[in-house]
Amino acid sequence: MPDRSEPSLDRMVGLAAGHSRSLSRRGFLRGASLSALALSSPSLLAACGTEGASVDQAACKSTDLSAREKVINFSNWIGYVDPVNAKDTSTLEKFKQQTGITVEYNNGDVNDNEAFFAKVSPQLQACKSTGRDVFVLTDWMAARMIDLGWLQKLDHSNMPNVKANIIDFLRAPAWDPKREYSVPWQSGMTGICYNAELTDPVTSFEQLLTRPDLKGKVELLTEMRDTMLFMLLMNGSNPEDFTDEEFSEAIALLQKYVDNGQVRRFTGNNYVDDMKSGDIVACEAWSGDVINLLGGGKYKWLPPEEGFALWTDNMLVPNKAEHKTNVEKLMNFYYDPVNAAKLSAWNYYFCPVSGAQQEIARFDKSATNSDFIFLDDETLDSGFSFMTLDAKQEQRYQRQFNEVQSG
Amino acid sequence: MTHPASVQSTGETPPGTGTTTPQRARRGWLLLVPGMLWLALFFLFPTVQLFFTSLYDPAGSYISGYQMTWEFRNYLDAVVDTWNLFARSFAYAGIATALCLILGYPLAYAIAFKAGRWKNVMLVLVIAPFFTSFLLRTLSWAAILSDQGPVTQFLQTIAILPDDGRLLATPVAVIAGLTYNFLPFMTLPLYASLDKVDYRLIEAAGDLYSSPVTGFRNVTFPLSLPGVVSGTLLTFIPASGDYINAELLGTPKQYMIGNRIQAAFITEKDYPLAASLSIILMAIVLVMVIFYVRRAGTEKLV
Repeated sequence: MPDRSEPSLDRMVGLAAGHSRSLSRRGFLRGASLSALALSSPSLLAACGTEGASVDQAACKSTDLSAREKVINFSNWIGYVDPVNAKDTSTLEKFKQQTGITVEYNNGDVNDNEAFFAKVSPQLQACKSTGRDVFVLTDWMAARMIDLGWLQKLDHSNMPNVKANIIDFLRAPAWDPKREYSVPWQSGMTGICYNAELTDPVTSFEQLLTRPDLKGKVELLTEMRDTMLFMLLMNGSNPEDFTDEEFSEAIALLQKYVDNGQVRRFTGNNYVDDMKSGDIVACEAWSGDVINLLGGGKYKWLPPEEGFALWTDNMLVPNKAEHKTNVEKLMNFYYDPVNAAKLSAWNYYFCPVSGAQQEIARFDKSATNSDFIFLDDETLDSGFSFMTLDAKQEQRYQRQFNEVQSG
Repeated sequence: MTHPASVQSTGETPPGTGTTTPQRARRGWLLLVPGMLWLALFFLFPTVQLFFTSLYDPAGSYISGYQMTWEFRNYLDAVVDTWNLFARSFAYAGIATALCLILGYPLAYAIAFKAGRWKNVMLVLVIAPFFTSFLLRTLSWAAILSDQGPVTQFLQTIAILPDDGRLLATPVAVIAGLTYNFLPFMTLPLYASLDKVDYRLIEAAGDLYSSPVTGFRNVTFPLSLPGVVSGTLLTFIPASGDYINAELLGTPKQYMIGNRIQAAFITEKDYPLAASLSIILMAIVLVMVIFYVRRAGTEKLV
């Protein structure tokens, strides 16, 4: 159905918004008659249901204009790249000087994996351009997009640094064993952040959710996987392999702490604001944020006693992005240990590039030994990730989680 | 919900111009075409789409796609799961609307009758909040009501609020946010209505020995009823579907139906559920509005 309906829909929207490039009289008439058809028999459009979201990669060809157009449109989370307007030190500026490629950096265009997915899915589902050449998403979302056929295959011959310098831990994830579609940007940990001036150390999720002095002064993350991972751990379940029943029990546990008012609310990156205002004194938090957004100091981050979540955010090139080669040069650039060191010394996330530690030692002694940037093997092994979910599981779990959130 | 009303009223315009020539009448219809097209494209068409989506088989997913199986059960499931959120939304929106009326009426009255040369200044002040973004204004409320903020501290000092009490992240904050954000939608129609009232009628009530209270009850208020009705509708309808205030000023315990719909669409991608919730919300609001307008009997007054 969408094959037939969507072009006419587009035309209608294009017409109404005046976006249509060449609005000839005939085009208008055709558009008008199509929209009249669509309106008089809407059943044509929606009454038959929708097709799936996956795209046939062979049919969805992308062109690469990198040779002519020296630009990259880059969408990322906030707090992830060193200040773009610091002309002397900015890594993106250095990239421009080296390659002549200008990066249009959309800071915070990605704020939540699912919300970003919702934002780009209409285009990617229909094999259309999203206007972005590269975006950064977490492992499980990257895996989903690979399954849907939404991403372009990368050419490693344009980025020798990646194969040469990526740390072994990230070299071959199960969902992209050859790193054909994804290259890690940074990794990080989910744990607990607390304000040392306002509360005693909070060392476990148990404490975070049961200590009476923290009642109503605690926040959890809206990302279902992040929060439920800890709930499962608290119940003694394995977040990498659990049953529906175990998940329901973990939901019940979460419900208890929402009902008794221990948890104030659920947030994304904006827990940072509530920590700063002092409205909350402890929360579930992403490791690097505590340094690069909160500034460290009295704000402490630690891995909870129950365990911590380890995740990676990956650079992905969507279908129809027109500057893939440019992006590959960017990937190559950030896998040069010198540049990787600069980046991690600023954002304090776990660096996926080997050799960066020696580079950091040259200019930033405190960052060299940071537990946030360089994780030893023991720590890496002890980090948890969340079980891979199929679409229906995902929907069911997400629904259970949202129902807790909506009281 | 204002759309069907405007369709209706625009539809009634041509008969009112019955004395004109057929050609002029046709021109009148022609002028309506852009508006009608706009409504058809951006209201009627999406609503029909939404209605069909609400009947998809819930066994589908965004990956496999959704089958149309005319699943009317979706509505039952949606109501059973979320009736409490509907109740909460209408309660919050109702309280906010009442507060808006209490705050907005004296304000509109003052602007219409007492402001003199300050009238325009006061009107601009009512509209001024619209110059900044809705989100930004709501976020500033979060700062004002913050646990460490002046309001909370003051209320704690005078012992209205217990020492460990808070304003932010409570129903108080959400309702206050709704009231603030929708107050102009109440004040402006009230002002428009009161401004049209012939002040001599109110004076006449005084001349006929009615007390100010009786005069207000029997003369001023009935004459301003069209403003009261449109003001309450313009406040209540968007307030009951709002999710920003609950999201930024509340907690999960204050979430409204808008939050649930947003979550169903964005994170669960359960389109049938989200669509049936939206249709139910529209239907309930529509029924309430029809009932209310009938009861208020504004047809005679407008």
